[in-house]
Amino acid sequence: MTDQPNAAQSSLPPAAPSQLRRAMDSDLFYAFRRSPVAMVSAMGAALLILSSVLAPFIAPTNPFDPASLNLMNGFTPPMTPNAFTGESFLLGTDDQGRDVFSTILYGMRISLFVGFSAVLFAVVLGIFLGLLAGYFGGWIDSLIMRIADVQLTFPSILVAMLIFGVAKGITPIEHRDQMAIWVLILAIGLSDWVQFARVVRGATLVEKNKDYVSAARLIGRRPSAIMMRHILPNILSPVLVIATISLALAIIAEATLSFLGVGAPPTQPSLGTLIRVGQGYLFSGEWWILFFPACTLLALALSVNMLGDWLRDALNPRLK
Amino acid sequence: MGTESFKMLHFIFKRVLQSLLVLLVTGAIAFSMFTFVGDPVENMLGQERTMEDVERLRSQLGLDKSVPVQYFRFLTEAVQGNFGVSYRQGRQVSVILMERAPATLELAALSALFAVALGIVLGVFTAIRRDGFAANFIMSTSLIGVSLPTFLIGILLIYLFSVTLGWLPSFGRGDVVHIGSWTTGFLTESGLKALILPSITLGLYQMTLIMRLVRSEMLEVLRQDYIRFARARGLSDRVINFRHALKNTMVPVITVIGLQLGAIIAFAIITETVFQWPGLGLLFINAIQFVDIPIMAAYLMMISVMFVVINLFVDILYAFIDPRLRTAAK
Repeated sequence: MTDQPNAAQSSLPPAAPSQLRRAMDSDLFYAFRRSPVAMVSAMGAALLILSSVLAPFIAPTNPFDPASLNLMNGFTPPMTPNAFTGESFLLGTDDQGRDVFSTILYGMRISLFVGFSAVLFAVVLGIFLGLLAGYFGGWIDSLIMRIADVQLTFPSILVAMLIFGVAKGITPIEHRDQMAIWVLILAIGLSDWVQFARVVRGATLVEKNKDYVSAARLIGRRPSAIMMRHILPNILSPVLVIATISLALAIIAEATLSFLGVGAPPTQPSLGTLIRVGQGYLFSGEWWILFFPACTLLALALSVNMLGDWLRDALNPRLK
Repeated sequence: MGTESFKMLHFIFKRVLQSLLVLLVTGAIAFSMFTFVGDPVENMLGQERTMEDVERLRSQLGLDKSVPVQYFRFLTEAVQGNFGVSYRQGRQVSVILMERAPATLELAALSALFAVALGIVLGVFTAIRRDGFAANFIMSTSLIGVSLPTFLIGILLIYLFSVTLGWLPSFGRGDVVHIGSWTTGFLTESGLKALILPSITLGLYQMTLIMRLVRSEMLEVLRQDYIRFARARGLSDRVINFRHALKNTMVPVITVIGLQLGAIIAFAIITETVFQWPGLGLLFINAIQFVDIPIMAAYLMMISVMFVVINLFVDILYAFIDPRLRTAAK
């Protein structure tokens, strides 16, 4: 994975960054228009993301506003009028009479927020440590990469669970529910930085020996400027690919943690929390409380995953 | 030959050192969890506590000593398998772990068996009948299976086989038989029934992984000359496929199986929660929920020893089989 983008860059003629950028964009766009899988998954992802962002405007009710809840509406099946109130809901209601459609929209918001923030955190941390390790080498490199090796020994979901547990222990009991979302972001982000650091380090090792870096060093630019302004823009495309695939994995990781009860609290339910709640009603026949959040999670994870897979192939020069 | 075996020794030495380093780091993490996370006294005593209670418990847990003394104590105790007292249950962690271990190990063993057996069979099948309808169907369903999160697979199976059909239990281990300190579900009907759904849930991902690996390795091997010669000699398909081809795919397959053993134990956390399986994974999740640090630390140490040993073993085994790795290894 590390050597692909470098091959792409060395085969391109030396051009101004803006032209190179534009050429890559248009290539990518051309490939995008010709791939039905990419179009469909991008549209699916865009639809889901947009509807969660616009949740306050789309959702029929605000599920977290106690004033709008009516306990009499509890357990209304989808598209059927409630026996007591006569109200009907698109995807039914849960035990407390909350509209399932609305809770899904708001839940997806939290899932996406945690997913995006966690990946962003992992990307920033991974780029920072990867650049340091690749550019300076020596003991900094050894230290960072040994930490990465130790962490890679364990599955990332286990690392995330441990970090969550420890962070939960540090936060005072009265703040635990409010902090849970941030702890979750920290846990998933910290469990995921290694792959970014590895890729960035590998690419930096190649880039730092190129002429433009030597030139920048000659005119006396500081190492931080060389890393951020010169090397970083040239190694971003593999980072972008891994980040997209990581987003799908982060969404699933968040859902898994919340499902296990070590993630988003019931006061701020993500899709995973909704599935956890819904599992309790599996035997009593209220299938819709579980079914619709599960389908949404699947659609979200699948569309982002397929987009990431396509992006990886599209940016891989060896497959062209 | 002399330099060759020296290189091998050097490689093993380096890998063992690396493994020890990993264990030292996880040990330090486990110890700092003990020392810096939360106040165990706060966790163990309820609202109604006197200062004497607090002091007594502090000295009982060794918390009144200095950090280096506590660290040394932690290390010596950990080596002997002693991780102190659970904050929540008030019992020895080692005793609790021993109680829970059989459930997880039986589940892991059965899912590994399921994954290996079915994975190899389906892998060979999809490789031999490469263009057949059934093979294509298996390959595309396996893709969906990989992208489904484990807990959804578990819920789906519960819905199908417990809620709708009512064939299999949806939680717990059923009746278990005590053999010494070991409890087994293999000897009763309800115990065996209870094992089925969790093992499938846990082994499904590894099964697809092994199937895909066996398939691609088989396709690679079947293309080679010695298979063509075997065909020319008039050997039967069965002999060619299983005696000649499958045997040569086993090296990478065994490696993956070895590495996935650790993953099965780790992912048992999810499966055990879905099925309320009274094993180590459920214990760990409950420990996180209630911030029961001794159990979390003990689980971390236990699982890291397991991972490190498995990784070390597989790496060394691999280096013996594939000489290129000895020099390429970092």
